[in-house]
Amino acid sequence: MTTTRDIHAPEFLAGDEFSIPTYRVLSQEGTLHEGAEAPTLDRDQARAIYRAMIATRVLDERMMAAQRQGRLSFYMQCTGEEAAVIGATAALDDADMIMAQYREQGALVYRGFSFDEFMNQLFGNELDYGKGRQMPIHYGSRKLHYMTISSPLATQIPQAAGYAYGQKLAGEGLCTLVFFGEGAASEGDFHAALNMAAVHEVPVIFFCRNNGYAISTPAIEQFAADGVAPRAFGYRMHVIRVDGNDILAVHRATQEARRIAVEHNKPVLIEAMTYRLAAHSSSDDPSGYRSRKEEEAWREKDPILRMQRWMNAQGWWDDDEEKTLQEQLRREVLDTMKRAEKRPPPALDTLVSDVYAEVTPALQQQLDALKAHIRRHPDAYPRGARFLDPEVSRPDANDEGES
Amino acid sequence: MPTMNMLQAINNALDIAMAEDEKVLCFGEDVGGFGGVFRATSHLQERYGKARCFNTPLVEQGIIGFANGLAAQGSVPVAEIQFADYIFPAFDQIVNETAKFRYRSGDLFNVGGLTIRAPYGGGISGGHYHSQSPEAYFAHTPGLKIVVPRNPYEAKGLLLAAIRDPDPVLFFEPKRLYRASTGEVPEEDYQLPLGEAEVTKEGGDVTLVGWGAQMEVIDKAVELAEKEGISCEVIDLRSILPWDADTVAESVLKTGRLVVTHEAPLTGGFAGEIAATIQERCFLYLESPIMRVTGLDTPFPLTLEKEYLPDHLKVFEAIRESVNY
Repeated sequence: MTTTRDIHAPEFLAGDEFSIPTYRVLSQEGTLHEGAEAPTLDRDQARAIYRAMIATRVLDERMMAAQRQGRLSFYMQCTGEEAAVIGATAALDDADMIMAQYREQGALVYRGFSFDEFMNQLFGNELDYGKGRQMPIHYGSRKLHYMTISSPLATQIPQAAGYAYGQKLAGEGLCTLVFFGEGAASEGDFHAALNMAAVHEVPVIFFCRNNGYAISTPAIEQFAADGVAPRAFGYRMHVIRVDGNDILAVHRATQEARRIAVEHNKPVLIEAMTYRLAAHSSSDDPSGYRSRKEEEAWREKDPILRMQRWMNAQGWWDDDEEKTLQEQLRREVLDTMKRAEKRPPPALDTLVSDVYAEVTPALQQQLDALKAHIRRHPDAYPRGARFLDPEVSRPDANDEGES
Repeated sequence: MPTMNMLQAINNALDIAMAEDEKVLCFGEDVGGFGGVFRATSHLQERYGKARCFNTPLVEQGIIGFANGLAAQGSVPVAEIQFADYIFPAFDQIVNETAKFRYRSGDLFNVGGLTIRAPYGGGISGGHYHSQSPEAYFAHTPGLKIVVPRNPYEAKGLLLAAIRDPDPVLFFEPKRLYRASTGEVPEEDYQLPLGEAEVTKEGGDVTLVGWGAQMEVIDKAVELAEKEGISCEVIDLRSILPWDADTVAESVLKTGRLVVTHEAPLTGGFAGEIAATIQERCFLYLESPIMRVTGLDTPFPLTLEKEYLPDHLKVFEAIRESVNY
């Protein structure tokens, strides 16, 4: 409904009448900003968040190195955005659905996705839940309520609105949080989603990681407006902008957003201001489009460092623990990587399963023809040839699977 | 048995599905209180409430994105795209998301509950953008099912099957027949199989294959042909994806001749796929080249619609040509 007053001269508005503030709690020194409310995080949850942030950082460093060594075809890091991703996740109910873009592995780490599970996906082996069908980092977990990643940008945003609408009808008091970047927010699907969610009063949290770059395109070339947040007004939606490197601000803001979403069935937009400290992906080199000086300035604002200072000051963490944890995680990454690398690829039959609920006769014929061909040329297809008869030669692949 | 037109049959199917399962939701542009621009969803909002039958904003990519999410969550969305011509903003959601949801997640998640209904086809003076038959675009996408009914009885049985099918279904409704096609339709619940063609008439000289509104055209052409003593076997494909090659091949092995017809343009049309498959399977049995009777390779016209359409006379000529080759 439009509510308006009359004017009698052509006065235009530019939107500059309103500026959106940034919510901050924790300073870079690890102390609370003056006037900031005391954090709601208790010791145990703070430690769980911090450990997940460290685990994500270690996983990313090691796997990018593995990619550089040629052990892995592709990788993407969450580096610099751990507070935004994990802070938001920690504010949710564990049964809330998360629909991520692709850089949010921290959410999975926090929810308990094991390094083995990460590695199986990264190496596309026979234990990968996705059956080796998608590029590395396209994780998914039904038991952890984390929707399988799909490469097309922003498609997950209207899906989140629909998913949350279903949650509302089911009446279980759950919501969906959807992650996306400030670049993806230019896609039509973003606008479609926010409008539909507002119109249909859907319990969904739209979480924008404004990390400054869409691959090489800086935010200033992505939109003329003051970030993504002002768009919420166009849809009559609650919105908050938050310092994305401030774990306490992100966590608190998302807690409140969840309350609005679940208790009032209203969507909320969160714009987390952060910075992608690493390259877009293993195929990208940021030195071509941004300065080392800029990167250094943001490295000073590292979200992990900030939380660590606060944790130390609280007496909830110390350097010894840090050292032990880092060493343990590094070892674990290497061990799990070695295990996953050695595992064989999925059986050839998985090429045609899951296209439909049942393999169609036509598809079965195509598979049979392919098998006959591979039998004639086994050396040309060494991976597929290993498991032509999976029921005979395939080890029990489901022992660690999702049930 | 009551007589229904195709809209009434579709409305009846939706009513049955919604009454049976509260997870079934119907939505789209003007679908709510108004009941859809063609009235396919009439009275559903009254019966099942605004939460289950509702209008959406005017945004096809949003409608299908929303529907994908609902289906992934476990709901059973029946989303309407007002005209098949306007499905293209949702092309990405359908081709990259709907079709690949189960496959890419290794069956952790699926959108099998999704049915997308869209009126398609010409003959209503709809010009470029209220006339197209886009089935071939989607037929190139593994993971989708595509279904087209030819009459009210088929529409009800196939739509109920589509809604309950474990895979996402694109259900293209021949809008020219919405009110023009009437027939006896059982009031009770029934389903017709997806992926199975139906031999609607047996014959020995030539096989005709079509779907949807084109079946009526085929029937008229066959009437003319039979007057000349040509015995025609007629097959309604019903499902474009997956399609029933066995039934078509079996018929062509018997008749040795095949004419395929659709409204969509010739080049890249689904008739090409059928022709390619059948020549592989029936090569030594073919008595004449497989013929295609289709729209021209132009955008769908307006004033020259009658000339453009593959009408019964064009189909009849193709039959004659095939038999006299």
